[in-house]
Amino acid sequence: MRRYFVRKLITYGITFFSAVTIDWTIPHLMPGNPILNLLANFRIQNQETFNNLYNSYARAFRADLPLWKQYYYFWVSLFHGDLGISFSNFPTPVTLLIQRAAPYTLGLLIPAILLSWYAGNKVGAMAARRKVLDNSVLPVSYALTATPYQWFALVLAWLFAFIWQIFPIGRGYGIGVIPQWSWFFFFDLLKHWFLPFMTLFLVYFGGWAIGMRNMIIYELESDYSHYLEALGAPRRLVRKYAFRNAVLPQVTGLALQLGAVLAGALVTEIVFTYPGLGSLIYRAIINNDYFVIQGTFLLIIIGVLIANFVVDIVYVLIDPRARIGMQGGEA
Amino acid sequence: MKKRAKPAAGEVAAIGTDAALPKSSVSTEPVVTPVEETPPEKKPVKAVSKTANMGALREMLYFAFRNRKLVIGLCLVLFFLLVAIIGPYLALHDPIYNIDGPSAHAPMLHGRYWLGTTPEGLDVFAQFVTGLKLAFVVGLIGGGLAAVIGTVVGFTAGYNGGIVDEVLNMLTNVILCMPVFVVLIVIAAFVHIKGPVPEALIIGMVTWPWAARALRSQTFSLSSREFVSLARLSGENSWKIIFKEIAPNVSSYLFMMFILLFGGAILTATTLDFIGLGPAGSITFGQMMLNAFNDSALLLGYWWWFIPPGLAVMLLVGGAYFMNVGLDEVFNPRLREM
Repeated sequence: MRRYFVRKLITYGITFFSAVTIDWTIPHLMPGNPILNLLANFRIQNQETFNNLYNSYARAFRADLPLWKQYYYFWVSLFHGDLGISFSNFPTPVTLLIQRAAPYTLGLLIPAILLSWYAGNKVGAMAARRKVLDNSVLPVSYALTATPYQWFALVLAWLFAFIWQIFPIGRGYGIGVIPQWSWFFFFDLLKHWFLPFMTLFLVYFGGWAIGMRNMIIYELESDYSHYLEALGAPRRLVRKYAFRNAVLPQVTGLALQLGAVLAGALVTEIVFTYPGLGSLIYRAIINNDYFVIQGTFLLIIIGVLIANFVVDIVYVLIDPRARIGMQGGEA
Repeated sequence: MKKRAKPAAGEVAAIGTDAALPKSSVSTEPVVTPVEETPPEKKPVKAVSKTANMGALREMLYFAFRNRKLVIGLCLVLFFLLVAIIGPYLALHDPIYNIDGPSAHAPMLHGRYWLGTTPEGLDVFAQFVTGLKLAFVVGLIGGGLAAVIGTVVGFTAGYNGGIVDEVLNMLTNVILCMPVFVVLIVIAAFVHIKGPVPEALIIGMVTWPWAARALRSQTFSLSSREFVSLARLSGENSWKIIFKEIAPNVSSYLFMMFILLFGGAILTATTLDFIGLGPAGSITFGQMMLNAFNDSALLLGYWWWFIPPGLAVMLLVGGAYFMNVGLDEVFNPRLREM
């Protein structure tokens, strides 16, 4: 058991190290000069101004130092929690921008992931080997999971916000609303939250339902299920055991899907102009706000690694074999 | 080397309808279920004689055409492939440069603009077929590259074991932990992608790990079987063993893996294009949705601009996935509905 966690932690360590290195390398070693790209946006005519600006940016990027030193300083400032300063929102530090945006993204992601995982597993398990349900749930789930998030978001926004005008879109809360601890503000927040949440929930749901449905069929066709049936166990009991076995790969699947799931949240936010990390990255890309892109990337990596680790712990808790190993027995 | 397949009990009955099949050499494709769960002697390993091969193929085709999921999925994919191939010849206008069309006209079935026009007067149908073509390009190249890398890494790690396996497995796990899409954002934000092919290659280079991991465990369990040990004893070199002894047993698996990677590559590209990081100057589905979104198509109700690209992705990728479930049932007799 300790071996398992040590291996996982080593993997996460290497992942983090490579991610930081990628984050640093790509802007530095790729053809094209990010500072020049950035200055091109300003359309400066005067050569002297241009040179001055270039030099000050070069110093801000620490581009005047040798490469290994730049890399070293990148780590140093990272451990000081300094991710640089946003260009387009000068002089707001990147960390502050992320701090403001992250709660919105988490508020969308966590309920959407947990609820869709629960509902998808339940429905998928119900649909397996039940003709009518399978023939309706399966195509719908495949359609959902094959839908680009942004398209689903566009369609929901178009239908519910523009044609039927049930839900507002844009921003985290209404324009004239002041953030405060009141029911009114809470409902306003909820109304703006609902459509992006629904988008994510439905697309995720399709994936989980399919995964569970396929896993249950594998389990129902395996020897222990046949044995149980031969013993005359009721169908419900066999299904219950199949479900328990099928849920383990779904937990691992949750960890594997985190990256994709996150990508969905980012683009969904863009469509609803929901003020989370997705919109932050999108604006940063448009404005060539490099520190924001780099910083958000790092924070997302850290978040995903933590989430991965949580899933590992959950896996150990729900897998009896792993639990026995924890308590000192040999699994 | 020759190896006789053992007939598995339940499968003889399942193919009783096919009279031409010689009963002595029943053979189906390898079972794709997680290998640990089935005891080895239950799985027929290799078809020997030609007649057996033909019989297996006949049987496979029989189940393939009877499988509704496979047929529906295949029809959807082929339909879009057809549109992608002949569509550009049917489009009456240039997708980017023709600007004398009516502004933001709704689709007209009998007119010159079948899917309507954008506010700039561009032909949505022309854009749609270009986007569809590029979706296939990205899916085939990106999915293909990912499948190749995944196959090579999976085979190498699973067959060799030991330190090679440790290193490759670690590499696979590291990339699996990374939020691939965010890595793509960073790459694309700094390296301006020049065309759909580079985009496909970048996508292929980061999306292979799960395929490698799945294939590794398959190879791992196959390489401990007698016929592989026998080939090893006879002194064949490892790549020959991998391709002659192991690969045929996972061929169905490889094919299904490619289909999933194909769909995944299209979805990733569409999302990447939507945040404006796709190939500049090409019209892709993601780009179309982005343009529609930026030009307030939602507010102005230009549904014909953003509905078709996403719907096409949904049906194409969904069709491919659906085909995959069907194939799984065809290759794997245990999953067939009773």
